[in-house]
Amino acid sequence: MYGRKVKLRFLFVSTILLILILTVFLVLKSLEENVVYFQSPSEIKSLTELTNNKIRVGGMVKKNSISMNSDEVNFIITDFKNEINVTYSGAVPNLFEEGKGVVAEGVLKDRNFFSATKILAKHDENYMPPEVKAALEGN
Amino acid sequence: MFKLLEPNKIFQITSKAPKYVLFLFVVVMSVGLVEALILSPEDYKQSDAVRIMYVHVPAAWISLGIFSSITILSFSGFIFKNKNFFLISKSLAPSGFVFNIIALVTGSIWGKPTWGTWWAWDARITSMLILALFYALYLISWRIYENEEKVFKISTFITILGIINVPIIKYSVDWWNTLHQPASINILSKSSIHSSMLYPLLIMTAAFALFSLLIFLMKYNTELIKIKNKGLDRL
Repeated sequence: MYGRKVKLRFLFVSTILLILILTVFLVLKSLEENVVYFQSPSEIKSLTELTNNKIRVGGMVKKNSISMNSDEVNFIITDFKNEINVTYSGAVPNLFEEGKGVVAEGVLKDRNFFSATKILAKHDENYMPPEVKAALEGN
Repeated sequence: MFKLLEPNKIFQITSKAPKYVLFLFVVVMSVGLVEALILSPEDYKQSDAVRIMYVHVPAAWISLGIFSSITILSFSGFIFKNKNFFLISKSLAPSGFVFNIIALVTGSIWGKPTWGTWWAWDARITSMLILALFYALYLISWRIYENEEKVFKISTFITILGIINVPIIKYSVDWWNTLHQPASINILSKSSIHSSMLYPLLIMTAAFALFSLLIFLMKYNTELIKIKNKGLDRL
């Protein structure tokens, strides 16, 4: 139906695309550690060695774990399997709340204690008006 | 094969279309803005900051959609040696690029009050920035190469490189830990966005799509007029 040249060009472009997809896949696979924006408490627990480099830990702020005093905020990040204690001094974002997502940037003291230099609130994918939220909670 | 695509016939339609598209755009955009900024409710968590989403999400969708279209057109143009496909791609690119930038900027403006940062090098945001770079490369390639054969090949190659990034953008939030939230709208399962917020979002998407169509038609007409002026009857 189509000429030989058309078929050849189609093959040529498809081959290039396939090779590129494979390359990108392999590169991303090997760079996985750097592509992730944060690590979960479980991943921190399973680290073989601790570094002094800046890392990010993310998860949920554990319910009833936030304690604030004059110059420090303490809370626990959990992924519902493992948890990690975080200390931070500074202003927290508006959406920083118990039971909500958070990403803390800083250094590990040990596998259980993390000293944060920056706190980011992670927003989830739920969008709804306040009335709907209230109705949901009423159920 | 593409008899309908003779430049004169196309031009008869595309030269008249912009005014209708402009009218439609103004209507849909007005409805969309009223819905998004006034009638839609505020979010339970982020209150009025949610309204940025009505610009951010459609802009991101349109820029991804346009890049995909450009790639498919360039592919077909390259394989079937059809010049018209390249001209359509070329005319589509600018609005895709602009919406890509809008998505990045509005995301940044939203990120500061909600996340607490303007920018994060997470997979979604970085891959979206890379898409903007590919758009820029694509547009530049049309500027710097005079030779038609050459620019067709190079622009096709750029789209092939760039298209790999598109599924990465889409699935980045599922494959890796990102600061950016996962998709709220799922075609196959229940969406996690309330319908009172979904409809303004869809209207705004239609408005942005019409705007892209308008810019496309204007750019495309220019290309057709250029061909006419060269005294060529066929593409």
